[in-house]
Amino acid sequence: MKRLLVFVLLFLFGVMIPVGCTADSPDTRNPGRTDTNVLSIYNWSTYIDPDVITQFEQEYDVRVQYDTYESNDALLAKIQPGNPGYDIIVPTSDFVEGMAAQGLLKPLNHDNIPNLVNVDPAFLDTPFDPGNEYSVPYQWGTAGIGYNIEATGEEITSWAQMFDPKFAGKVALLEDSRAMLGVVLIALGKNPNTTDPAEIKAAVDYIVEHKDVVATFAPDTGQDLLDQGEVAIAVEWSGDVFQVMEENENIRYVIPEEGTIVWTDNLAIPTGARNPEMAEKFINFILEPEIGAKISNYVKFGSPNKAAIEQGLIAEEDLNNPGIYPSPETFNNLEYAQELGGDTQLFDDAWTELKVAIGQ
Amino acid sequence: MRNALTLERRWDLAIRFLGRVGLWGITLAALLFLYLPIAILVIYSFNTSRLNAVWRGFTLDWYRSLFAGIGESGADVITGQIWDALFNSLWVGGIATVVATVFGTMVALALERFKFRQKTALEALLFLPIIIPDITMGISLLVFFSLVFQLIQTVTGVRLVLGLPTVIIGHIAFNISYVAVTVRSRIAELDPALEEAAQDLGANEWRTFYRVTLPLIFPGILSGALLAFTLSLDDFVITFFTAGVGSTTLPVFVYGMIKLSVTPAINAISTLMLMASFLIVLASLALQRRSLQL
Amino acid sequence: MFNRIQTHLATATNRRRLNLAVLVIPATVWLFFFFVLPLFMVLLYSVLERGTYGGVEWQFTLSNYERLFNPIYWGVLGRSLWLALFTTVACLLVGYPLAFFIASRPPQWRNTLLLLVIIPFWTNFLVRIYAWIIILRQEGVINVLLSSLHLINQPLDLLFNSFAVTVGLVYGYLPFMILPLYATLERFDFALLDAAQDLGANDLKTFVRIVLPLTLRGIVAGSLLVFIPAVGEFITPDILGGAKTLMMGNLVQNQFLGARHWPFGSVLSIVMIVIVLIPILIYFRVADEKLKAN
Repeated sequence: MKRLLVFVLLFLFGVMIPVGCTADSPDTRNPGRTDTNVLSIYNWSTYIDPDVITQFEQEYDVRVQYDTYESNDALLAKIQPGNPGYDIIVPTSDFVEGMAAQGLLKPLNHDNIPNLVNVDPAFLDTPFDPGNEYSVPYQWGTAGIGYNIEATGEEITSWAQMFDPKFAGKVALLEDSRAMLGVVLIALGKNPNTTDPAEIKAAVDYIVEHKDVVATFAPDTGQDLLDQGEVAIAVEWSGDVFQVMEENENIRYVIPEEGTIVWTDNLAIPTGARNPEMAEKFINFILEPEIGAKISNYVKFGSPNKAAIEQGLIAEEDLNNPGIYPSPETFNNLEYAQELGGDTQLFDDAWTELKVAIGQ
Repeated sequence: MRNALTLERRWDLAIRFLGRVGLWGITLAALLFLYLPIAILVIYSFNTSRLNAVWRGFTLDWYRSLFAGIGESGADVITGQIWDALFNSLWVGGIATVVATVFGTMVALALERFKFRQKTALEALLFLPIIIPDITMGISLLVFFSLVFQLIQTVTGVRLVLGLPTVIIGHIAFNISYVAVTVRSRIAELDPALEEAAQDLGANEWRTFYRVTLPLIFPGILSGALLAFTLSLDDFVITFFTAGVGSTTLPVFVYGMIKLSVTPAINAISTLMLMASFLIVLASLALQRRSLQL
Repeated sequence: MFNRIQTHLATATNRRRLNLAVLVIPATVWLFFFFVLPLFMVLLYSVLERGTYGGVEWQFTLSNYERLFNPIYWGVLGRSLWLALFTTVACLLVGYPLAFFIASRPPQWRNTLLLLVIIPFWTNFLVRIYAWIIILRQEGVINVLLSSLHLINQPLDLLFNSFAVTVGLVYGYLPFMILPLYATLERFDFALLDAAQDLGANDLKTFVRIVLPLTLRGIVAGSLLVFIPAVGEFITPDILGGAKTLMMGNLVQNQFLGARHWPFGSVLSIVMIVIVLIPILIYFRVADEKLKAN
C-alpha cells in the first residue's frame, strides 16, 4: 500500500513539476484578466514565420498570445456563441462572408491600415467582402493536382485526366465536400457554387462512376501520401504540395486547365475583441512588404502583397512557380467558393450519398 | 486404465504448455504491437524532412529547436507555443484525473455497496458521457458556458470567459464515468464480508474504508486514474470547444498543424514525454527496491 | 430495550443514508451541471429549426426527426455498430492475455508492467496514426521486412482497407480494455489455480470454470468502454481506411460543422444514445435480478 502511494506521488510530482515552473509566467494562465498589452491571435498552427511575431512584439511592446484551430467550420462554431477574447482570426474567403453576415466581425477602420495600398487590387473588394469592410487578405492559394511524375509517367494537365482508369487505386481525393465537389463541378463545366441539386448530383455521379481510381479520401494528408509513393496523384491545397516539392523532386503541382477553386485566408477582428486597436496595428504590420514576403516565403502560399512582389522580396523560385503565381489567363479561370448559407447542406447531403454509393 | 490416466495427464500437460507458451507469446506480440508505432514515432523525430512521411536523413534539429533559447528573450515563438501547449495538457490532465478519480471512486462505491431506488437512473447518467459523440458534448458545453457567462454578467457585472478552468471542468465531466465504470468492476468482485468483519471487530466506517476497502480496491482506482489521464492527454474535440485564450493544449496545437504539416517537432516532444515517463517509472522502481530492503 | 434497538437501527439507517449521499453527491452534482444541463440543450435543439450559419432558429419543428426515415442513416449506424463490435472482440482477444500476464506477475512488477502498457498512449494520437501509415504503406516497414525475407514478391496492400482500420482501432482502444480487466484480474488469487489443479482440474477447465466467471465484471466493463466510444469513432477509419465509408461519427461531426445543421446533429446524437444505452441498462437490470435470485 505504501509503495503504491509513493508511486502515485512520484507520478503526480512528475506531472506537477513542469506545471509549477510555468505557472509563474504572469499572463497566460489568467484567462479572466483583460490585459491591454496582450494581442490574442487565433490561427492555424505554424501558419506564420515565428520571426514576424517576435518582431511585432518588440516593435509594439506587446505580448502575442497565439492559439490554434484546425478548420474554418470549427472556428465558426467556436466563436458563434461569443468571442472568448481573440483579437485576430484568420477565416477563409467564404467564411468571412458568413461571419460578417452574423455580426461576428468588427468593421475595420481603414485609416489605421494605410498599408492596404500594398495589396494587389485583384484581392481587394472581393465578392465575399465588398470594400474590404471586415477583412484584408493574408495568404492565398488554390486547390489543384499534386502528382509524382515518375509514377504517372506523364504530365497531368486536367481534372479529366486524373480520373483516367489507368490510375486505378492511385488517386487521393480531398476529404472536403465543398472543395472536392466544387472542382468536379468545374471539370464538368458547372459553377462550383451551384445550388441546383441536379448539378451537384451530376458531380457525385461522376466520382462514383470513376470510383476505381480513388485510393482514399485524404483529410489534408494527400501530400504525405504523394511523398510516400502510396498514391501517384493527389487533390490538395497548393501550399501543402509545395512543401513536399522542396524535398521530393518528382512531385509537381498543376492548376488544371478547366480551372479550379481559389481561396484567400483573411485577417479579421472578431466582435468583442479585447484589444482592437492593437489588432489593427497588427494587420497593418502584416501588410508591410517585408513582413508579407517573410510569411509567404515561410509558409509557401501566395502573397497578395503586390508591393512585396514588385520590390523583389519574394523568393525567386516561388515567384517563377506558375502553381503559386499563375499567369493572368489561368488566374481568370479561378473561382472563389462562396458562402451558400443554408444551402451548404446540399453539399453535405451529396457527400453522404457519395460515401454510401462508394462504400459498399 | 493406467494408459488412460497417462493419456489424460499428457493432455493436461499439453494444455498447460500451450497455455504458458500462448500467454508469453501473445504478451510479447502485444508489446511489439504497442511499441512498433512508438519506435517509428521516436525514429522519425530525428528526420530531416518537415513531413511525417518519408525518412530523409538524421538530424537533431527538432530537439535543438525545442530547447533553443528557453528562458531567454527572443526564444523561438513556435517552440514556446509547443511547450505552453504541453504544460497546459499536463496541467489539465493532472487536475482532471485527480478530481475525476475521487468523484468516480465515490460513486462506484455507492453503486456497489448501497441499494437505492434511483440506481438505474444513476447508472444511465454515468454511461451518457461515454456514449455521447465528442462533438455534441463539446458544442453543448460551449453553448452552455456562454449562456451561463452571459447570465453572470447581467446579474453581477463580472465578465467570465472560457479558459483552462472550463477545459478542466469538461474533462472531469467525461472522466468521472470512465473511472466509475473501471473501479466498479473491481468492487463488484470483492466480498463485502471483509468490510463487515472489520466493522464487527469495532473499526468505525472511516477506518474500515481506509484500512480495508481502499487497499483492496486500489488497483481499480489506479487503473481508473490511468485511463482518465490517458483520455485527458489525447482529447481534442471537447478541449477545443471549451478552450479560451491561452489554453491551447497539445492535441489542439497538433490538429492546427494539419493545414501545413505535422512536423517532427511533435514527434520530438512526444519522445521527451515518453522518456520522462520512463524515468519516473524507473525512479519509483528504485525507490521500491530500497523500501523493500529497509 | 426494544426502543433502544429501534433507535439504534434508525440511526444506523440514517448514517447509511448520509454515507450514500456523501458518496453520490459530488459526481452527480458535477454531472448535472456540466453534462445534464448542456444535454438538455441538445434535446431542445433537436426540435428547433436550423440556423443559416449554424446554431438554431427558435421555431418548433419535428422535421429533424422525420429525416431519420431515410434508410441511408440506418445503414451508416449499422456499419458503425458492426465495426465497434468487431473492435471490442479483437481488443478482448489481445487485451485479456496481456492483462492476465500482468496480473499474474509478482506484485512488485505489476504496476511497472501496467505503466509500460499505458505509456505509449500518452504520445500524440495523430503522430501515432501517422506512424501506422509508415508501417502499413506499400514501401512500409512490414512490406520491406517481408520482401527482404523473400516471403512476398510484391507489396501487400495493407493500407486503406478494413485491415488497416481494425489495426488502428484495436491499437487506439486497447487501454480501455486492459485497464478494467487488470483491475479485476489483479485481485485474483493465483493460489486458487493451484488448488483447483490439486483437485484434478486441468488448466483449461480451471480457466473456464474459475478464472473467467470471476473476471466477468472486468470483461463487461472493458467491453463497454471499448464498444461505446468506438460506435462514434471516425478519425481512425478516415485516415487509415481511406474515408470511403461513412461512420456515425462522421455524420454527427458533419452536421455540426460542414452542414451547419445543429438540430439534425442533435437528433443523430440522441438516436445513438438511445440505441446504445437501452441494451446496457437492460443488461444491468437482468444481472442485478440474477444476483438477487442467487
